[in-house]
Amino acid sequence: MIHFDNVTKRYPGGHEGLSNVSFHIDPGEMVFLTGHSGAGKSTLLKLIGLLERSTRGQVRVAGRNLTRLGRGQIPYHRREVGMIFQDHRLLHDRTVFDNVAMPLVVAGLGHIEIGRRVRAALDKVGLLCKEKNLPVTLSGGEQQRVGIARAVVSKPPVVLADEPTGNLDPALSREIMNLFEQFNDVGVTLLIATHDLELISHMNRRILVLDKSRLARDNAAESVN
Amino acid sequence: MRRPRKRQSARISPRSTLRADVWLMRHLQVALASLGRLIRTPLSTLMTTLVIGIALALPSGLYLLLGNVESLSGHWDGAASISLFLTQETSDAQAASLASQLQRDPAITRVRLIGRTEALDEFRRLSGFAGVLDSLEENPLPSLLIVEPAAERAEPAAAEALLARLKQYSEVEFAQLDLQWVRRFHAITEIARRGVIILATLLGLSVLLIVGNTIRLEIQNRHAEIEITKLIGGTNAFIRRPFLYNGAWYGLFGGISAWLMVGISLLLLDNPVEQLAGLYQSGFRLSGIDFTTLLILLGGSTLLGLIGSWIAVGRHLHEIEPA
Repeated sequence: MIHFDNVTKRYPGGHEGLSNVSFHIDPGEMVFLTGHSGAGKSTLLKLIGLLERSTRGQVRVAGRNLTRLGRGQIPYHRREVGMIFQDHRLLHDRTVFDNVAMPLVVAGLGHIEIGRRVRAALDKVGLLCKEKNLPVTLSGGEQQRVGIARAVVSKPPVVLADEPTGNLDPALSREIMNLFEQFNDVGVTLLIATHDLELISHMNRRILVLDKSRLARDNAAESVN
Repeated sequence: MRRPRKRQSARISPRSTLRADVWLMRHLQVALASLGRLIRTPLSTLMTTLVIGIALALPSGLYLLLGNVESLSGHWDGAASISLFLTQETSDAQAASLASQLQRDPAITRVRLIGRTEALDEFRRLSGFAGVLDSLEENPLPSLLIVEPAAERAEPAAAEALLARLKQYSEVEFAQLDLQWVRRFHAITEIARRGVIILATLLGLSVLLIVGNTIRLEIQNRHAEIEITKLIGGTNAFIRRPFLYNGAWYGLFGGISAWLMVGISLLLLDNPVEQLAGLYQSGFRLSGIDFTTLLILLGGSTLLGLIGSWIAVGRHLHEIEPA
C-alpha cells in the first residue's frame, strides 16, 4: 500500500529530512513510526500526503507513483489519505458536524449521504451527542477524536497520524489507540508516528524507527500481526 | 439519490461523476453561503458596497447627464437651419416653387418661405421704421427660405455639405449657416464623452482594486480554513469558488447602490431642472436610467467584482499550502 524506495528529502539549505529510506507497508497493516524529535517522522508522513515531495527516490501509495503525480492530482490523492494531527487542525468557527463533514463536502457528496456518514463516523468515535458543539467546548481528547472522525469519514484506504496522542494522558491515549485498532480491523492501512514507546510496546505491531533521517530499525520480521 | 461508489470513485476524476443538477445545486449552495457570509458582517459589507457604488455612480451619473444634454441639443436642431437669401430678381412665385422643390429633397425636413412682402411687413412691424420703409419705392428685402436639414444631416459636416449644395441654385444670392455654436457644442460634448470614458475606465479599475483587496483580506482571514481544505483534498476550484462568488456579490451590490445613488440624485435635480426648462418655455425633463442601461450597469459591476476577486484569488491562493 505504501512503498518507499531509496527516498531522500533534502530541504533548501542542505538539511536532509530523510536519507535513503526504503520500506513497504502492505494493505491492512497498522504500523508505528517512532524516533527522536527531528528524526524525520513528520517528513515521512508529509511525503505520503504530498505535503512535501521527495528529492530522490520513489514514493508509491495505493499503486500511484507520487513522484509523477501532477499538481492538479494532489487533491484527489489526499482524499484517499486521511490525516490526523497532534494539534487537531479543526476549524473553530464550525460545529463538530461541519468539521467532520468537510472531506465529504469537498468530494461533492449529497447532503443526505453526508449526514448519514458524518453521524456514523461521530458515533464510531463516541461524539454523536456533541455534533452541534463548537470544537472549543470540547476537551483535548474529544477534539482529537473529532479530527479522527474527519480523517476516516470518507473511508480512505490509508490513514496517517502524526503524534495523535501527543497531548493526551495515558488513559485517553489508550482509547485513541483502541480506535485505531478498530479501523485497522476493517482493513484500513494505518501509519502512526509517535514517541510514546511505552504505549506501543504493548501493542505487538510493526514499528519503524527513524534515527537521524535514516531508517534504523524495522521489526516487520518479529511482528506478530 | 445517487449512490456514491466508495473506493473506486476517487480514482476517476470526480468532475465527471457530478451530474449537472448536483453541480448546479452545489454552485447555488456556495453562492448562497457566500451571500450569507456577507450578510453576517453587515457593516464591512456595506462599506465595501458603498465604495464600489460611489466609484460606479460617478461615471454612470455623468454618462446619464451627457445623454440628457445631447437630447437637449436635439431640441435645438432647428437652430442649425440654413437661411437662403434669394436674389432681388426672384419673384414670390419663383421663391414658392423653389421652396416646394427643396421640400422634396430627402436631406431636408422642412422649408419655410418668407416672401418679400411678408418680410417687409414683419420688418415694418418689428423695427419701428414704418415711415422710412413707406418712403421707399421698392421693397429692398429679398425672399428668404429657412431650410431645416433632416435630423441625420444636423451635424456640422453634413449640414455644411448641404449648404454648399444649396448655394448652387441660381436663385440663391447668399446662404448662411450659423454653425459656430453647433460646432462648439459638439466639440464640448465630444470632450465630455471622452472624459466620461476615461473616468469610467479609471473608476472601473479602482473597483477591481477595491474588490481585489477586500478578497485578499478575506483570504488572509480564512487562511486556516483554506489550509485545512487543501489538506483534506479540496481542489483549487473548490477553494476558489466562494471567493469568486463573494467578489460577484460585491460587484452586484455595488452596482445596485450606484443605481440608487444616481436615481436619488436625479430626483433631487428633477424639480429645479423642470423650473429652469419652464423659464425657457421648454418641456425638457431629465431622463433616468433605462432598463437596458441598468442591466449593463449591474452586469458590468458584477463582472468587475468577479474579475477583481479572480485576480486576488489567483495571486494569493497558491501562497497558502499546508505544511
